[in-house]
Amino acid sequence: MAKPAGLAVSSPLLGGGTEPTLRELSSPGRTASGFGELDVPLEKLDLPELAEGPLALPEVAERDLVAHFTRLAQRNFAVDVGAYPLGSCTMKYNPKICDWAAEHPGFRDLHPAAPAELTQGALEVIWSAEQILCELTAMDRATLQPSAGAAGELTGLLVMRAYHNEQGRSPSKIIVPDSAHGTNPASVSLAGYEATPVPSNADGMVDLEALREMVDDDVAGLMLTNPNTLGLFEEDITEIARIIHEVDGLVYYDGANLNAILGVSRPGDMGFDIVHSNFHKTFATPHGGGGPGSGPIAVVERLAGYLPGPLVAKTADAEFAWVTPEASIGRVHGNHGNFLVVLRALTYMRALGGQGLRAVADHAVLNARYLSHLISDAYPVPYPKPCMHEFVASAAPIKKATGVRAMDVAKGLMDRGIHAPTMYFPLIVDEALMFEPTETESPETVEAIAEALHQIAQLASDDPDALHDAPHNTPVRRPDEAAAARHLVLTWAMEE
Amino acid sequence: MQWAPHTEADSQRVLQELGLKSIDDLFAHIPADVRVPGSLDLPDPLAEIELTQLVDALAAKNRSSLICFAGGGIYDHYLPPVVRSLTMRPEFVTSYTPYQPEVSQGVLQALYEYQSMVSELTGLAVANASLYDGATAAVEALNMAVAATKRNVAWVSAGLHPHTRQVLATFAAARGIEIVEHPLVDGRTEWSAEAGTEPAAVMLAQPNYLGAIEDFDAAVSLAHDRGALAAVSVDPMTLGVLRTPGSAGADIAFAEGQPLGNPMSFGGPVVGLFASTMDLVRRLPGRIVGRTNDADGRVAYAMTLRTREQDIRREKASSNICTNQTLNAIAAAVQLAWLGPKGLSDVGEHSIQKAHYLASRLVELPGVHLLHEAPFAREFAVRLPMDPSQAVLAMADRGFLAGIPLTEHYPDLGNGLLVAATERRTKAELDAYTDALKAVIADG
Repeated sequence: MAKPAGLAVSSPLLGGGTEPTLRELSSPGRTASGFGELDVPLEKLDLPELAEGPLALPEVAERDLVAHFTRLAQRNFAVDVGAYPLGSCTMKYNPKICDWAAEHPGFRDLHPAAPAELTQGALEVIWSAEQILCELTAMDRATLQPSAGAAGELTGLLVMRAYHNEQGRSPSKIIVPDSAHGTNPASVSLAGYEATPVPSNADGMVDLEALREMVDDDVAGLMLTNPNTLGLFEEDITEIARIIHEVDGLVYYDGANLNAILGVSRPGDMGFDIVHSNFHKTFATPHGGGGPGSGPIAVVERLAGYLPGPLVAKTADAEFAWVTPEASIGRVHGNHGNFLVVLRALTYMRALGGQGLRAVADHAVLNARYLSHLISDAYPVPYPKPCMHEFVASAAPIKKATGVRAMDVAKGLMDRGIHAPTMYFPLIVDEALMFEPTETESPETVEAIAEALHQIAQLASDDPDALHDAPHNTPVRRPDEAAAARHLVLTWAMEE
Repeated sequence: MQWAPHTEADSQRVLQELGLKSIDDLFAHIPADVRVPGSLDLPDPLAEIELTQLVDALAAKNRSSLICFAGGGIYDHYLPPVVRSLTMRPEFVTSYTPYQPEVSQGVLQALYEYQSMVSELTGLAVANASLYDGATAAVEALNMAVAATKRNVAWVSAGLHPHTRQVLATFAAARGIEIVEHPLVDGRTEWSAEAGTEPAAVMLAQPNYLGAIEDFDAAVSLAHDRGALAAVSVDPMTLGVLRTPGSAGADIAFAEGQPLGNPMSFGGPVVGLFASTMDLVRRLPGRIVGRTNDADGRVAYAMTLRTREQDIRREKASSNICTNQTLNAIAAAVQLAWLGPKGLSDVGEHSIQKAHYLASRLVELPGVHLLHEAPFAREFAVRLPMDPSQAVLAMADRGFLAGIPLTEHYPDLGNGLLVAATERRTKAELDAYTDALKAVIADG
């Protein structure tokens, strides 16, 4: 018999059932907090706009509150729990020393409106992270305001727009490869541009002929990841940049895959003008279940004047000051961006140093190449050039032979203690499974992932339904997402 | 330091399997002209102990232990250890966006509970799973109103946070949205009905940046009379005392959610709260979690209304957001549940009482006056007989972060200083602040 849920005897580790909501745990009059007596003389204030009564927030004791969220945590997979080869997301280990830095009271308790004279350490953190990012990407200046990759993309595109405006031009198109991450075209639209896809060639690279044909004066720029979303290095990158520069377009580097080339190759040397970096990928800041991230934008000198302000400048007497560039596009965050995430990233960068950052790329590529090598007999890689930090395999042959799809393979991996890869992306690969083991998994873990994938391939032949019905070992199994969208229940109040 | 587990022997073994001789062979296909020839100009690696020394040294250059009277959206509230303890659980900290619901029920249910409590807090039917911060939440509110009304103008109160107005201007410019600012007169927004083109949204803050409590009905009925949406920025810690945007008839509520469970963090990461009426649910920006059932009929949670999102809709998506601020939203959920209805109104009540006590003490000082007569909650603006930026530096020498100078964004107000109180400030601190300011003014 299932144990009762929601009580202090229902750990999911020991077979506890569905976790009730806080509202279900709530009991009138219970409370976890208490604030004591007011120590200033109570004044009768005649304020307008007063509330009619208390809000219907949950009423729970601290013991039950803690048990509830702890049980929720136990119902969640994470990097600290196991392998997380989720392609394009760079789910590497997040060092605890960087958490320690972000918890430092000297930064954690700092108010953003405190003047520069009182926050020199924080300004130095921002300045130092900017210096290292610029050296790694061969750029000249960077803003750390954008909170995530997509915010960075939009910021970079606004910089692009400001540049063209100042040239007295208003080109309307941004070229985006057909394999690009969905945020690229979405950001392009939000920046007031039109996304124009360029096809990939048979090798999975940007089709140069097609690119040449579509480039004209109406092209504002091109957005590209390198390595691209297939995990392949765009070998013609300098020619691609030249084609775009010829019409005075700008070339934007989507830093989603920067992990592969740290210290190996730099976007600025490839001809890129604008680079965004996902600190929550490359620089090991934890993803937090979907944020906070940090998506700085670095640019070449001729674009530095358009960056969001304020930026940190180092003054003659080695102090740090806020300075807003003259042609700045304006603020993109209410304060200074996700500052503690930047601090975490800086701690990581300084821990590794130049040699260590280069070694990140070495081991990330080594692990991806190894996993690809171990599984490509069962899961062929349709674009077989040597991969960088990730690769895209296909479950199409398994589907054809057994009816088991990429989705079923992914759910089968969960049953074996491994997080799913990215599926059905990029769209140019049928039944795509995108694996990124990252540098922090040992060769033994890579081998265990390969072993699990081979077991699944075998099971697909022997008992496909076992995979259609997977996962079997998780708290829930294949939630009805269609029903969730059709019959919306987004709050406790909507449950009725 | 190095976090890759590979020994030299490990790497050699794998290279051999791959038929390669050296690590450099992994990169042989990269054209030589874009390969870094030597090593980059970067610092040397540090051992963990050296790292702690570095971070300690940087932290020591900040004056983070000043007793905080600054606000403007970021407040020094009491943060119970229970919030930090739960939100540092590695299952929350080190997981990705919950695309795979079977292994993400913890994050999903926590976000569902967060949405439920934000909905309750704002008095509006639905809430999303968080945005980056209060300022970017304002941008999404405007985008939503533009899409819903097919209009291209925003009427914005000058009492909205100056940085929020700057962020609005950055993004509105790119999309050709016109922003018409309505001034503050004696602390409150003076809405000009003659402000030209019909607006998509009427946007204000309650209380506003100068601390004044706005006339809710006036703003909301102005919006609705003109066929616009009323979008209100709130201070979450006042909502146990002041009425909710929903009860005032607003269509959209957004907020800087830092006061709920998040440290001041030099302003980030924080969390943008966002809620709307049910009519607007299909235009909500960002991630949304819904409750459903699994294949075995059990209660399950999953991201929903996904067809608005960038990875499915690409260039037709209504928002480009991928990563948001989940961990900060979970902190807000824990804090709200820890507070409960009584705690939330106690925090609001105590903060408001302390702000009023402090204001009453400060106006006793020579040359110090309230900047406006409008009623305020837990934050107020005073005029000093000296440059407020100088006053802030002098007050720091006496152990206080005195507030936020208003000179940059509201130069017409003269030597304005914005001062906030929270439940954390003791009477002794309020009195000491008053004495210190008296001395600073005397020193000129």
